[in-house]
Amino acid sequence: MRRLLPLSALMLICHTSLAATAYVSNEKDNTISVIDLATQTVTDTLEVGMRPRGLLLSHDNKLLYICASDSDRVQVMDLSNHSIIKELASGDDPEQFALHPNNKWLYISNEDDALVTVVDVDSNIVMAQIDVGVEPEGMAVSPDGKWAVNTSETTNMLHWIDTASNELVHNTLVDQRPRHVEFSNDSKRLWASAEIGGTVTIIDVDQREILKTMTFEIKGVHPDKIQPVGIKLTDDGRYAFVALGPANHIAVVDAKTWEILDYLLVGRRVWHMAFTPDQKTLISTNGVSGDVSLVDIDSLKVTKSIKVGRYPWGVVVTP
Amino acid sequence: MKAYWYCLSGIFFREWLRFWQQRTRLLSALVRPLLWLIVFAAGFRAALGIAIIAPYDTYITYETYIVPGLACMILLFNGMQSSLSMVYDREMGSMRILLTSPQPRSFLLICKLMASASISIIQVYIFLAITWFYGVQPPLLGLLVALPALLMVALMLGAIGLLLSNGIRQLENFAGVMNFVIFPLFFLSSALYPLWKMQEASLWLYWICALNPFSYGVELVRYALYLQFNPLALIVCATTTVVCLSAAVLTFSPKRSALRRAPGK
Repeated sequence: MRRLLPLSALMLICHTSLAATAYVSNEKDNTISVIDLATQTVTDTLEVGMRPRGLLLSHDNKLLYICASDSDRVQVMDLSNHSIIKELASGDDPEQFALHPNNKWLYISNEDDALVTVVDVDSNIVMAQIDVGVEPEGMAVSPDGKWAVNTSETTNMLHWIDTASNELVHNTLVDQRPRHVEFSNDSKRLWASAEIGGTVTIIDVDQREILKTMTFEIKGVHPDKIQPVGIKLTDDGRYAFVALGPANHIAVVDAKTWEILDYLLVGRRVWHMAFTPDQKTLISTNGVSGDVSLVDIDSLKVTKSIKVGRYPWGVVVTP
Repeated sequence: MKAYWYCLSGIFFREWLRFWQQRTRLLSALVRPLLWLIVFAAGFRAALGIAIIAPYDTYITYETYIVPGLACMILLFNGMQSSLSMVYDREMGSMRILLTSPQPRSFLLICKLMASASISIIQVYIFLAITWFYGVQPPLLGLLVALPALLMVALMLGAIGLLLSNGIRQLENFAGVMNFVIFPLFFLSSALYPLWKMQEASLWLYWICALNPFSYGVELVRYALYLQFNPLALIVCATTTVVCLSAAVLTFSPKRSALRRAPGK
């Protein structure tokens, strides 16, 4: 028994690091899968609006915002009881969105209308609608709250919106079909993925200048299949993870030197990712294979894949 | 008891001595699976991943899939080579010296199996160490857990080989064993492709693979390497070993080849 104690303690530590809940939007099932990361099982499947894609947590982790694209609305779920408590005036076909650090202003890209809609989540009032390029998709707000950046898939541009005035002040041309943008924790760098271009562009935020355009190469995988989409940066500035879509791999990049360290094999058409709150595990949604993969950040190894619904798209994790 | 130990150590010593004198055997035993891993798997490289199948928790590359099968390939070739040495021993007469031992014949044969299994397992671990650096890295504890599974499979294949060697009259017939036993056992198993893939290709092939004891040997090792237990595989391997070994002991005749060749002389 005594011999078992250290083992039990070790298992407890391992479990504590994963004691979190993941919410995964299933695009084709109109549902959200709830995964208990301690047991690594799906514990619940919640019915939501049509074609749920982008997911977002309020900064206090109490509310879940869901882009129900085909229902043309953003739903707000109370995570204490999993009930939809509000629907926001999102504009048509919301796909991705970002919440301002003030926890109030929600920046939503409306794919069909070439607009970014800004909604006050408390009053549900549309504060602004900003014209951007054709097929807006990716959306991010800088951690310092100064910038909102939107990507337009067809115009191949990043649109810089000053959050103080909610006006478009600058555009940056990147490679074909920019899908997703992500700010570094210090708000100094912006990472943007280009799906068809097959590249990730790193931009200096102050100067709004391109510092580096990265390409990817995986032995045995045709270059056409390498289509970067989701990006996630660790808070400590160590790693960047890039989901490479139908290449079924996640690229691990040194966020300081921009050197590609490894490619991790996950499920089919890997799309978006999220960290657990302790940043020890990364979770990726794999659309075509209908599962999520868990990556251990310390060892950079894929440890488990868990079946969810059809075409999982977005993922968030609560403590 | 001491006499048994003396006999066991004598047989082990002879096998190890022979292995040491034929060091190129180690090289050839390693080159074969490594060629499969580096050349065949690279050409076949399913870089986009193989669907999740037990005992794996996530998607794996083809290289990762075939390593347990290639480890068992070493056991298979060695098991059969050991049976070749039985034919050789019979022809050269050294088997008769061994049988002058007062210990029961079944004990002698089991000792011989254990001795050649120990050599096979050393080769498998050298192979697994190389594949580790090649990038196929099962859990470290799995390498330890796989030891009894490897021993079980080595004994099973040795027992099959022993039974076969009783039926071989001359050394030259070993080429036939290669074509009619080793290759079918290896190719018609889950060593190179998962059984569901075989099922997609042909139901007949699938059933042959599913009835092949070598498939269960591969799966026993595969599961053990990934810290899981496959009871069906263990039952099949243990049963095959007991049946083949019993049949081998019952049919074993050291004079057989000499007697049969006598009229032709």
